[in-house]
Amino acid sequence: MILLTQVPFVMSIYYSLTDWKVVPPSPRKFVGLDNYSELLSDHFFRQAIWTSVQLTVFPVLAALALGTAFAVLLDRKFFGRGIVRTMLITPFLLTPVVIGLIWKNQMFHGLYGVINWLIEKVGGTPIEFVSQHPTWSIGITLVWQWTPFMMLIILAGLQSMPQDVVEAAKVDGSTPFGIFRQLTLGHLRPYMELGILLGTIYLIQVYDQIAVMTGGGPGSTNVPYFVFQRSIGGGWEFGQASSYSIVVVIASIIIATIALRVLSQLLKGEASA
Amino acid sequence: MSGDVGTPTVGERRWVNGALGGFAWLTALVFFFPVIWMVINSFKNESEANTAPTLNFTPTLDRYREVTESAGGLLSFGEAFTNSIVIVLVSTLIVLALAIPAAYALAVKPVHKWRDILFFFISTKFLPVVASILPIWILARNFELLNTRLVLIILYTAINLPLAVWMLRSFFAEIPRELIEAAEIDGASLRGQLSSIILPMAAPGIAATALLCVIFAWNEFFYAVQLNPVDGSTVPIWVTTNVSTRGDFLAKLSAASVLACIPVVLAGWIAQKRMIRGLAMGAIK
Repeated sequence: MILLTQVPFVMSIYYSLTDWKVVPPSPRKFVGLDNYSELLSDHFFRQAIWTSVQLTVFPVLAALALGTAFAVLLDRKFFGRGIVRTMLITPFLLTPVVIGLIWKNQMFHGLYGVINWLIEKVGGTPIEFVSQHPTWSIGITLVWQWTPFMMLIILAGLQSMPQDVVEAAKVDGSTPFGIFRQLTLGHLRPYMELGILLGTIYLIQVYDQIAVMTGGGPGSTNVPYFVFQRSIGGGWEFGQASSYSIVVVIASIIIATIALRVLSQLLKGEASA
Repeated sequence: MSGDVGTPTVGERRWVNGALGGFAWLTALVFFFPVIWMVINSFKNESEANTAPTLNFTPTLDRYREVTESAGGLLSFGEAFTNSIVIVLVSTLIVLALAIPAAYALAVKPVHKWRDILFFFISTKFLPVVASILPIWILARNFELLNTRLVLIILYTAINLPLAVWMLRSFFAEIPRELIEAAEIDGASLRGQLSSIILPMAAPGIAATALLCVIFAWNEFFYAVQLNPVDGSTVPIWVTTNVSTRGDFLAKLSAASVLACIPVVLAGWIAQKRMIRGLAMGAIK
């Protein structure tokens, strides 16, 4: 465990302080913090950071909101609930590579994509989603993939709600919306936090969809994909690429921490108001 | 009297419930549509799939036949599935074998500073896979593990272990302490406690954990494509081989995608109730 997760990290820190090109092989040279100072002035790296932020924050929050809505819809008895839940869970079970390819080729496609077919039916002009709006295209597929995950977590939260409190509130004459806002949201807070934490951890590392949908480029190269391009994806600058990844690790930890803090503050304010 | 007041409310509620149920159905169908469309496309001819969306076609199984036939020199369907099944099953079994005792130690018999240990486990997930690929690639090359099943088994075990420990700990923590103490007084050994109380009671949680490990391992693409591009390639790589830059491929790609997704989707559908219950048991306590 330690061997597999920590040793690579320590090796990465060391590599990040060196100038090391693997193909063509060249001796590893210790250069101190040079890689990091270069990093700050690298325009493409800053672009990749911005893409990463967009591709993490938007999908996590959208998937959480949508997942909560689905979970609330499912948390009542109606005809065929099991089938509806089964359909809603499915995107999370699909292989990310398949998700990327299917959305690109049969939903977003300019000539035979279903979305453009719909747009033409209502009189609009077709949009080349993936090439013109790469960030949105990838973002939407990520929301589609992660909404079921959020839904499962929130559903678990809803089903563990103590029913006697809800009954008491009903007897006291609370409206369903009031119950949801004052009781349910407070109860769901830790579940939402878990969803945001896990979602952020996984979404900040997205690679598969980018690789199969756009293969990188402005607006779709996030930091992980950027590191890949600069190292084993053709750049072979291992020293430099290591310094990027160290920055990613630190950023991931900061983002996850902030996300958690912000959310718990928000909901605390809501509960006391 | 109360009946007179109650009846209209019940009637109204039934109407609202029905409407919300219908709305849930509608949402689900829209949300599920890309999957339906993929399945429909997989039964088309290429010329029918690569045109404006249509439902006017004669279903055929030819695309499935084409993608499962082995073509010389290319990664074959059988090869990729065998690799994936072996890698996913072995790594998930190792994860459970390691995570159950670790989670037990953290939940039932908290060792010193267990919170720090728990955070350490989850913190290892913060290192993006792309960041770790450089040293892992170098290590794998030095140990001559590139293009072997073993390298992916090791890596998938490492990927899933933190989440498994984290989830299992919360399931174990739900087990009433009195039961374990009673077994201790009765003189049950550690192994006896595990097999007679803890494992049966946490079974739904263990199933949910194992399922998540299987999903993540089966669907993993990045390590597989970087470390095993030649031999030991897994199903996601096989799917991408069905994309071509020339000619139409959408129907074939759909058929390959359906085949690649079926095992995990079926497992997920069957286990969905357990997964929700597993998470409800307190994945966050």
